Amino acid sequence: MGRYVLRRLLQLIPVFIGSTFLIYALVWALPGDPFSGKCGQRACPQAYVDMMTAKYNLDDSLPVQYFKYLGKLFSGDFGETFSGNSIGEMMANAAPITIRLAVIAVVIEAIIGIGAGILTGLRGKGFLDNLVLLSTLFLISLPVFVTGIVLQLLLAGEWGIINPSVSSEATVGELIVPGFVLGSLSMAYIARLTRASISENRRADFVRTAIAKGQPNRRVVGVHLLRASVIPVITFLGTDLGALMGGAIVTEGVFNINGLGGLVFRGIQEKDGATVTGIVVLLVIVYLLMSLVVDLLYAVLDPRIRYD
Amino acid sequence: MTDPNIAADLSHVGEVAPVTDPANGPHKPRSLWGDAWRQLRRKPLFLLSVFIILVVVVIAIAPGLFSSRAADFSDLNHANESPSADAWFGYDNQGYDVYARTIYGARASLLVGIFATLLTVLIGSIVGIIAGYYGRWIDSVLSRFGDIFAGLPFVLGAIVILTTFNPPDSHPGEVRIIAQVVGSISVLTWPVAMRIMRSATLVAKQLDYVKAARGLGASTSRIIFRHLLPNTIAPVLVYATIALGAAIGAEATLAYLGIGIRSPVVSWGVEISDARDYFQNVPHMLLFPAGFVTITVLAFVMLGDAVRQALDPKAR
Repeated sequence: MGRYVLRRLLQLIPVFIGSTFLIYALVWALPGDPFSGKCGQRACPQAYVDMMTAKYNLDDSLPVQYFKYLGKLFSGDFGETFSGNSIGEMMANAAPITIRLAVIAVVIEAIIGIGAGILTGLRGKGFLDNLVLLSTLFLISLPVFVTGIVLQLLLAGEWGIINPSVSSEATVGELIVPGFVLGSLSMAYIARLTRASISENRRADFVRTAIAKGQPNRRVVGVHLLRASVIPVITFLGTDLGALMGGAIVTEGVFNINGLGGLVFRGIQEKDGATVTGIVVLLVIVYLLMSLVVDLLYAVLDPRIRYD
Repeated sequence: MTDPNIAADLSHVGEVAPVTDPANGPHKPRSLWGDAWRQLRRKPLFLLSVFIILVVVVIAIAPGLFSSRAADFSDLNHANESPSADAWFGYDNQGYDVYARTIYGARASLLVGIFATLLTVLIGSIVGIIAGYYGRWIDSVLSRFGDIFAGLPFVLGAIVILTTFNPPDSHPGEVRIIAQVVGSISVLTWPVAMRIMRSATLVAKQLDYVKAARGLGASTSRIIFRHLLPNTIAPVLVYATIALGAAIGAEATLAYLGIGIRSPVVSWGVEISDARDYFQNVPHMLLFPAGFVTITVLAFVMLGDAVRQALDPKAR
């Protein structure tokens, strides 16, 4: 196990460097003068240009720039924006909101998705099964911004149940509808995954044995069947938490949430490379670590799987 | 569907092996595809999805058949008017007929979907089959290379790519921006196709007849094209069907963010991005093109789902 973890961690390094270098190169190799429009209507004074060039190492070649940036990053310094705000501080303010949103999305999709999956998986073919299959197909086909806008128009505009935009505190209550929107696609996948997994395991030998030895139905389903069936679902939920944080841009835009997505979008619009790279690096780390954790969790949950 | 990478979760096809029906013993055994076709013909969801796709394709080829007005027909007197007998989907804030623009928008949206899927599947299959066939360090290098692109969040990656090549105030040409949207979708999603192809190749490579062919001295290209490809193409095709829907959804999402295809091209995404600032007061501007996107994506996802079930012997 220890060797496996080590090997996986070593494999993460080239992937991490590749992904972040790709973004770094794209952001900093922007065609055009990085200082255009930075000082209002007139051209930037030479002293300012010199200072910024030195600060962002713009005179070095791209790989050198990148590794200097990475070095600063690992000492915990995310750098400053062109206007001098600390990026680390901005991210520290925005990240909790995005994390809260992603966690709420995962909780909602887990409850509804697993619930629908268990129900249809146990019942087998019938009206409920078809209903869930069709509604998951429909959810998969809806682009997230459409779900968001339609819910916003209905709940906020027509019925006035929620506010159209989330306040800057972004409390849990306010984030329930955006969380539902963000998690709607994965909810459909989880429902299908659980259903497939349950209906496959329902005919497995260990379930038949449990029934044969006279276990009450609740125990057969709740302990024997469910424990074996939720393993793929839990791994999906793990990777999803990482993916949702990166995918929250659209949802955050629709509901005006001041999270990482909004920050990175503004950064791109204002050509503020340091913000964009900082956030992307953070998201890539989260995503890679989550997929590693999920892999390891797999072995813990299912004793039949052994790495080594 | 916003993130085409997730489409892979839908497209797992079990180990594909030709199944012969014992009831038809004396007859020539049906092939995997023949078997699948017999299954599919009776499925209402399959027939419905094929019907929708055919309608969308006809609309894309000959939009003039469906709309008497051209896409650039504009009457400012009617701006923002709700749907009526005169204009079924109403007018937008520029006085454009939303119905006419939605009909004419089908072509660009469908083209983006088709080209993005072709490119994704082509790159993914080639890399996947090489990685699966040669194995060892080639496999490791190619897999890690794929991970680099898979690790980037899709929407974020596409935003960075598209804004890098088109700074916010630039006006790129029609062909260029379509090519860029197609390119960024495929660059960020090909690892999914690669993983599917790679694992299918790993399974097929171990089959006896492939070993036999190698033992008989068949060349690498013969083994790949004659023996491996026919067995590995099914799961990739299922993925491609679903990915096509996903790419159409992705085009709309990128346009909604204001970085995708833009005027003067008419596409569903462009309509959606035009509606971005006005939909609070003029919801039909956004809901009709978004509805077309959803129905088209739904048709492709249903098609892929039905084909996957028909090709998977375990599901029967």
